[in-house]
Formats: sequence, C-alpha cells, structure tokens
Amino acid sequence: MPIETLNVNLLSILPMALVAILALSMLVLDFFLKKGDKGAIGYLSIIGLLIVLPIASNAIEGAPAFGGMVIADAFSAFFNCIFILAAVFALYLSVDYLKRINSETGEYYYIVLFAVAGMMVMSSANDLIALYVGIELMALSFYVLTAFRVRDTKSSEGGLKYFVLGALSSGILLYGISFTYGFSGTTNISDIARLAGGAGANNTFMLLGVVLTAAGFAFKIAAFPFHVWAPDAYEGAPTPVTALISIGSKAASFAVFLRVFIVAFPAFQSHWWKLLWALSAATMLYGSVVAIPQKNIIRMLAYSSIAHAGVILIGIVALNGAGAAGVMYYLLVYAFMNMGAFAIVMYLGRVRGNGEYVSDYAGMSSRHPVIAFLMALFLLSLAGIPPTGGFMAKFFILSAAIKARYYWLAAIGVVSTAISLFFYARVVFYMYMKDAEGDSPAPAGRPALAYDVVIYITAAMTMLLGLYPAPFMEIAIKAVEPLIR
Amino acid sequence: MFEQFFFYIFATVAIVSAICVISVRNPVHSAVFLIVCLLQVAAIFVLLRSPFLAAAQVFIYVGAVMVLFLFAVMVLDMGKAHWKEHLHGQSAPAAVLAGILFILLGYMALKGRMTAPLGTYNEAALVKNTEVVGRALFTKYIFPFEVVSVILLLALVGAIALVMREKRP
Repeated sequence: MPIETLNVNLLSILPMALVAILALSMLVLDFFLKKGDKGAIGYLSIIGLLIVLPIASNAIEGAPAFGGMVIADAFSAFFNCIFILAAVFALYLSVDYLKRINSETGEYYYIVLFAVAGMMVMSSANDLIALYVGIELMALSFYVLTAFRVRDTKSSEGGLKYFVLGALSSGILLYGISFTYGFSGTTNISDIARLAGGAGANNTFMLLGVVLTAAGFAFKIAAFPFHVWAPDAYEGAPTPVTALISIGSKAASFAVFLRVFIVAFPAFQSHWWKLLWALSAATMLYGSVVAIPQKNIIRMLAYSSIAHAGVILIGIVALNGAGAAGVMYYLLVYAFMNMGAFAIVMYLGRVRGNGEYVSDYAGMSSRHPVIAFLMALFLLSLAGIPPTGGFMAKFFILSAAIKARYYWLAAIGVVSTAISLFFYARVVFYMYMKDAEGDSPAPAGRPALAYDVVIYITAAMTMLLGLYPAPFMEIAIKAVEPLIR
Repeated sequence: MFEQFFFYIFATVAIVSAICVISVRNPVHSAVFLIVCLLQVAAIFVLLRSPFLAAAQVFIYVGAVMVLFLFAVMVLDMGKAHWKEHLHGQSAPAAVLAGILFILLGYMALKGRMTAPLGTYNEAALVKNTEVVGRALFTKYIFPFEVVSVILLLALVGAIALVMREKRP
C-alpha cells in the first residue's frame, strides 16, 4: 500500500496518543518520587485526563485514517468521554484507597492510564486487527490491576481466573476474526460489509466467523454463559478497579460489539439476531436471579452488572438507530450510577472498616443519612425506577426493542428488571428498616474529600440524565447515524 | 496433490502433539510436545509460501518462548511434580462437545457448505516474502504495530509490578 493512500492523520489518534504519552511520562516521573509521594502521580494523571477530555470529546476526523485502521468519529468520541470520566473517578478514589490498603505504588496509576488508552483504541478501531490489539491492551492492564492486592489470595485468584478466561476469549475472538478474514479477504470493518454481504450472506463459513466473534465479545461484556470470570474478578480486584472494569471495560466492549455488528455484519442480521436474542434473555434472567442470594455487596453488584449487560444487548438486537443510541445512553448512565454505588461501598469501607456485606448496611440511614439516601438513589437507578437516569436508559432500550417488534425480548427485559428490584431493594431495606446489630465499629477517621466529590457528582449526573435526557440522547443518535445504513 | 499430502502429515502431527501437550502429566514432556506442535505449524507456514512467518515461528516460539518455559519449569522444580487432575470430571463432557463440534465442522466442510472464495494473490510478490511483511507492517499496519509496542511495555511493567511487590514485606 503506497504511503499516499494511507491517510496518515495524527489528529485522528490524538486522544489515545495523548493518554499513552501521559502514561509514559507518569512512568518516568515514578522514578523521581519518594515512596510516600506516589499519590501525586494519581492527581497528575487526573489532571492530564481532564485536559485530554475536551480533545477526546470532539469528533476530530470523520474519515478512516492510517490505512482504514482508525476512525475518530462522533461514536468513538462519545465512548472516549465515558472512559475518561470513569477513569478520573476511579483514579480519584484510588489515591485514598491505596493508602488504606497500604500499597501505594506508581505503577497502579499508569497501568490504569494504559487501560484507558486501550479502550480508546477499541472505540475508534475500524479494523479487526486494531480492535484486537486494543482489546489486548485494555485486558492486559486489567489482569494486572485485578491481581494488584497481592497480599489477598482472593485478588490473585480473581486475577488468574480473569487472565486465563480472558486469554481463552481472545483465542475465540481471533478464531472468529480469521474466519471472517478468510471469507471476506479483509479485516477492515467497513469493507467486510461490502465484500461479505449480498449473496455471501448465507455462507456457513462466514456465519461461523460471526458466531465466534459474538462469543469473544460476550466474554468481554460478561454475558451468560461467558460470565464466570466476572464475580471473582470483581471481588478480588481493588474496588476502584472493579468499578472501572464494570464501566470502562463493558463500555469499550459494547463499543466494538456495536461497531462490528452494525457496520460489518448487518447482512447477517437475520441469523445473528436469534443468537444475540437468546444471549440477551439468558444474561438478563441469570444475572438478576443469581444476584438475589448474594451476601457480599460487590458480588451482588457483579451479578447486577451481568444483568445490565443483558439489557444493553437488547439495543444491539434491535439494530435500529434508537437501539444503538440507547446502548450508548445506557452505558453513560451506567457509568455514573455504578461508579456512585461503588464509591459508597468504598466510603463505608473507609469510615467504618466494613461495608463488604449487605448486612453491614443495617441502620445506615440513622448514622449517615445523606450517604444512605444517595445509595438508595444509585440502587433505584440501577433497578430502573423513575425519575432516575437508569429508568430513562431502560426506557430508550426497551422502546427501541418494541419499535423493532421484539416484544418478547422487551417483556423479558421488564421481568428481569422486576426481579432485580428485589435485591436492590433489599439493601435499601437494610439501610432504612433495620437497626444495626451489636456495636458499630469505631469510625476509622475522616474520609478523604474524594469520596464526597465523586458521590455528589455521580448522584447529580444520575438525576440529570433521568430528568433531562434529551441533549445526551441527541448526541448519541447523531453519533450512530453514520454507522447505520 | 503432493502439497496436500505434506499438509495432512504436518496437520496430523500438530493435532496429535497438541493433544499430548494437555494430556501428559509431566510438565517437561508437555513443553517438548508443544515444541513439536509449533514446528509443524512452522512447516505449514512454509507450505503456505510464508517462509518469514515460519522462521519467526521457529525463532520466537520454539526458540525463545519454549526455552523460557523450560527454564521456569526447571527453576521452579516442577519437573518432578506431576500435575494432579483438578478438572472435577469435566474432561469427558468436554471431549464429547469437542467431538460434536469436530464432526459438525467436518460434515459441513465435506458437504461444501464451508467454503470461501479464493482471494487474489500475487505469486511474484510472495517470493519477496520478508519484504512484503515488512512493507505491510510499516504502512497499512503501522497503527496496530505501535499499539503492540505499548502492550509489550505494559506486559513488562505489569509483570515486574506484580512480582516485585510480593517480595516486599
């Protein structure tokens, strides 16, 4: 390929390049800081990410660059904002969290930055090869981060399970990519639709590629039956990393899921909708039913995130503009409400030294009335109760499914929401209706400002997205319009 | 025809040795079988007119990666230890499922339902194999190539971060 036709455009990779440069400079800075000062890297990373945010939120260049490898369109810009916001919140909470678990290191912060760079590569990948290296960059960072609490065997266990199953899923995804390449002769996402659509749309060879690709992505979004790594990895990882995995990794994986299935495989929709339909229905029901008996709140949130993945999948099955935009809106709302819930879990861990179990929340309304109220807000938003953002997100996705005449899938979505209300409400019940048993543990000092800032901002955004969704939804619809033909 | 004959020899040996990798109990034997398997894959690359990939496969996988593997096995003194079965009786259902998948794919391949059109290729360009790979890497695939370099750095940092922290009190 001659260099002139490559369209080398550094602007189109600017956001991810800046984040990678930020990570590398933090790596160098790490050598010059004393052991107690590593938090500075965290704060500098946050400042750096906030500087990148306005650059990343612009659709810089609509045309694919670097030989069709990357595309910096409005779609990737929307997801880049989710990644950066989630990473900023997670890093802000991490500074205090790492101090508490007594393992302050510089590596932690820049590995998070590498993960963000990987997610950005994923969201703007326009080629299956670029997509794959993006997935690996993100996943490898998360394997390391999950195992970061080395003194806790749960963390090592979670990290190892995540790593082994992640490697397996990469193998399956690559298998699918190679089938797709074998049939269409290209790895470029927009060219696949052109070369493999039409008469070739019934080819078994190509269908196998579609099925295996879907399985590879289903691993990354933790859809049933590919979810087994999620609860252990979530429980073992440092809590800010858990929040980032459940938000960033999921959003990035849905970004590639959407782009590949909407742009590359629309000709096979008559086949893959059945597969994704079953995947979505099973994931929703499994996640919400298995979350009910969980005693550990992080495991409960892990199963709830599996259920959410099922609901978000409905938007892909619907394959219309409203569905795809609904997926994006859902992930935006999910970023705030889930981050808020995790921030409160960490807050309780900080002030009271517990908060790991659902029973720890007994009597919280009298001791921390504001925090208890906000926790209830996040949980009800996760359950999808109006007027929170979670309700609007579910509403957009389900209405898209009804518009596309997937009535049964929409009905299963509503049923799973009703089931999930049970376990979310159980925590609210503990907070408001039950008194704490025994003596409450002594307060472990004043919590850092970070908790308050993150909790209030996420709460405000959760409410704003519920009450005034129009501008955000409009951005999402504009972003997916060029993808859907 | 002649080529196909060789392909089937290499493919059969590769599959048999891959099965041996996961079924023998001694880690050193596993590693040696993996070397056998990777060499067959290198031979298949030669059949596919990709001598560069074949050489890279031998150098990197058979040479570097497997030597490291064996080093780790020896240093950790796992050579004597025999791995115990931790699969809780999952191997039988797994074998059945893999067999069903194999039969299904074989049936569809034989029935001609699993075919892909032969892509265009330039015989003359294939002779200059290394040059073609180099050109592709530094023009069309320059972006993923750069991302891979970041991945390698991250793998290095991550491995050191996890191992060094375990040593600290």
